[in-house]
Amino acid sequence: MKNLHISTTVNGDQTEFVCAPDETLLDVLRNRLGLTGAKEGCGTGDCGACSVTLNGRLVCACLVLGAEAEGAEIGTVEGLATGDHLHPLQRNFIEHAALQCGICTPGILVAAKALLEKNPNPTDTEVRYWLAGNLCRCTGYDKIIKAVQIAAAEMRNA
Amino acid sequence: MALDSDAKQTFKVVGTRPPRPDGIDKVTGRAMYGADATAPGMLVGRILRSPHAHAVIKSIDASAAEALKGVKAVVTSADFGVPEDASVRDVQDNCMARGKALYHGHAVAAVAASNAAVANQALKLIKVEYEVLPHVTDVDEAMRAGAPVVQADRAQENVEGGFSENVTSQCEFGHGDLEAGFAKADKIIERSFKTAATHQGYIEPHACLASMTPDGKGDLWCCTQGQFHVRTVCAEIMGMDASQLRVTASEIGGGFGGKTTVFIEPVALALSRKSGRPVKIVMTRDEVFKATGPTVSSSMDVKIGMTKDGRITAAQARLRYQSGAFPSDTISMGAQSAFAAYDLEAVQTIGWNALTNRPKEAAYRAPGAPMAIYAVESVVDELCQELGLDPLDVRLKNAADKGTKSSYGPTFEAIGLRATLEAAKAHPHYTAPLGPNQGRGLSCGFWFNFGGNTCVSLNINTDGTVGITEGNPDIGGSRASISLMAAEELGIPYEKVRTVIADTNSLGYNDVTDGSRVTFSVGLATIEAARNAIKVMCGRVAKIWGIDEEAVIWEDGCAKPSGPNAGDFDPMSIEEIAAISANTGGPIAGHFEVNADGAGVSFGVHLADVEVDPETGATKVLRYMVFQDAGKAVHPDYVEGQMQGGAAQGIGWALNEEYIYGKDGLLQNPGFLDYRIPVASDLPDIETVILEIPNPGHPYGVRGVGETPIVPPLAAVANAVARAAGVRMTSLPMSP
Repeated sequence: MKNLHISTTVNGDQTEFVCAPDETLLDVLRNRLGLTGAKEGCGTGDCGACSVTLNGRLVCACLVLGAEAEGAEIGTVEGLATGDHLHPLQRNFIEHAALQCGICTPGILVAAKALLEKNPNPTDTEVRYWLAGNLCRCTGYDKIIKAVQIAAAEMRNA
Repeated sequence: MALDSDAKQTFKVVGTRPPRPDGIDKVTGRAMYGADATAPGMLVGRILRSPHAHAVIKSIDASAAEALKGVKAVVTSADFGVPEDASVRDVQDNCMARGKALYHGHAVAAVAASNAAVANQALKLIKVEYEVLPHVTDVDEAMRAGAPVVQADRAQENVEGGFSENVTSQCEFGHGDLEAGFAKADKIIERSFKTAATHQGYIEPHACLASMTPDGKGDLWCCTQGQFHVRTVCAEIMGMDASQLRVTASEIGGGFGGKTTVFIEPVALALSRKSGRPVKIVMTRDEVFKATGPTVSSSMDVKIGMTKDGRITAAQARLRYQSGAFPSDTISMGAQSAFAAYDLEAVQTIGWNALTNRPKEAAYRAPGAPMAIYAVESVVDELCQELGLDPLDVRLKNAADKGTKSSYGPTFEAIGLRATLEAAKAHPHYTAPLGPNQGRGLSCGFWFNFGGNTCVSLNINTDGTVGITEGNPDIGGSRASISLMAAEELGIPYEKVRTVIADTNSLGYNDVTDGSRVTFSVGLATIEAARNAIKVMCGRVAKIWGIDEEAVIWEDGCAKPSGPNAGDFDPMSIEEIAAISANTGGPIAGHFEVNADGAGVSFGVHLADVEVDPETGATKVLRYMVFQDAGKAVHPDYVEGQMQGGAAQGIGWALNEEYIYGKDGLLQNPGFLDYRIPVASDLPDIETVILEIPNPGHPYGVRGVGETPIVPPLAAVANAVARAAGVRMTSLPMSP
């Protein structure tokens, strides 16, 4: 199979790459574009460690083909901060110890950002169900939920 | 290293909650984990695994794979020697089957190729001829005489007769007259329990990048809880001097004990040696489930006698653990911890370990303790129900305390169990009303904690800031804790300290990050290293001032005269001392090396409220609280984080998680869809109460906190379910 030439936008930047037709977006991001913030925890869409946005929609990059990025807008954890200015979610995850090992953190941040764009004022239960696709084995989720809510309140008041 | 005699009661920075130094890297995607490294000319390594539970490997023909374009090396057990040390041999044989595949997923060959597609294609071209053997995966069946033998001649001498050859070890702990104790009881309950094997479930699969050069040097990058142990084991397997193998620990995406050993690292090194190229191996999740971790599964009998006013008169446990295809000592830790929370006159625990056709057991947070304590705490709870007693009062009545001869031998020093129980009793949660189909359960938990071999190097930079080099990967915020303790001791701001984790060539040997040892041991060594640096700085200042070294004291980041008699000098700050160090004798540093003891045992108490659907049995945890003695909480956020994370893992163990083997001996659920760890919507907030009963073995009173929290949830949830549903579940998980 011949590789495909794909033109896309990643974190606002025009990007081109070639990939095999059966290559996942996650492999493209990690192995071809050097964006290793998205992690592979399972490769089957069960853990959410590879969460990115595709045209604003939250997806598991391991379940999307690189070829599907043609003409699309991809958002990854590397695009959350603006210059040296952390996103409120990033800052509050650090301030409120919402990460331990940190491997699930990029996916959870991308997922939480997608939630707050749809629903700026979620209940705890809504946050818990939205993040149910993002496994964390270290924290028991308690501090993650709290940090998302503190960031949400901050963003509402901004 | 005793608790400071003036029992440091007030701290300036220890006990605060500053941002962790690796925080920004981890929220921006910059942190480098196992799979994130690359090297020039890197090949992709993949491993072929046994489709059978138990089979003789009659032959392996890799010629077609080797002939495939892009394949640079194929290795099998023939490419490895046979290590003399039995434990290293077991590790190697687990990484690459020698003669027999011992479980479904056991590695039998590996390839290195120019890319993943070629590597996967090459695996399909390797022809392995198997002779399938009968298998056994259940612990009770494995112990029975006549069971299929997983490995012959592995039994220790003290194992009694009557079992199959799979029984590798037997242990016994306890004291007192059991018969007399049971005779004094008003009520005796004896129950049998089973618990499933669970996996550590770290979200980061094992990954490594190995690079061997023809002159015999090696570099290995991997996600591990202990780079020095990786070096020891891999150097022995590869026949290398330790000095020639440099191991660098990546950031680690969770371990929980499961990354205290190696699975792919020797394979990657062998492929790199054979191909002459760097080789990266990243496990799939399927491989992680099939061939790493998991815990033991268990079968246990517990018998406890109690008077009608709640005093335990005698306690006995028989524990049978299976450790997969290789021997393990986890049973001994289970047997020692089973009754550790109790002050008992008559107690006995006997344990046996058996081999099965399952992956080699790996440590998981308080290895061996959760299941044993689940069984004990279930029987204690049932006795409370039968005798109409309050379960917290009964724990308080029988609680181990300072001076108690423990059920496993040693006499306890200052411990926090009683204070922890009292905190739980005083908390409003304990008396909060419950609705229909709801129940409240509680359980004590215990872990030994560990100290171990530790080195810390602390450098005073020429601008007066501080660099610390330590040797234990940061799993849950330990860089922050270490920096806090250094800042406290030196009297400088936390932000002036930066802690980095050394590779194996940059520091002396450090034990693995296990046994809840890092904040205790590395902290202790950091404090002592800081004290050594302070001694040097005071000596330099004494010379400048022309007074005795003893006349200079260290306070608030400055050297000062010890009193009016020492002379009238303005204090010299660490910045001033560092700036002129070149003129006063050269660079200033402190270091400390120790095999630390005095880790101080740890106790916790958990409260769980559950609701059980009377029709489906579906169980929801409504409220959960963790009370634990931390000795001294250095960074309370990350102490709470350990308590919450351990509780969540234990809740998963109680309700959902299990290794499911079919009659064919094959693992049926090697993925996160079918092996279900708790997700955010499964859990309530996990509330925490930290108690601080200083550990006499640490200058600041620190105790390890990481492992104890996984111990109580199994029984706390099971006891809550028993009270909610009126049915006692004696098998975990309690999935409907």
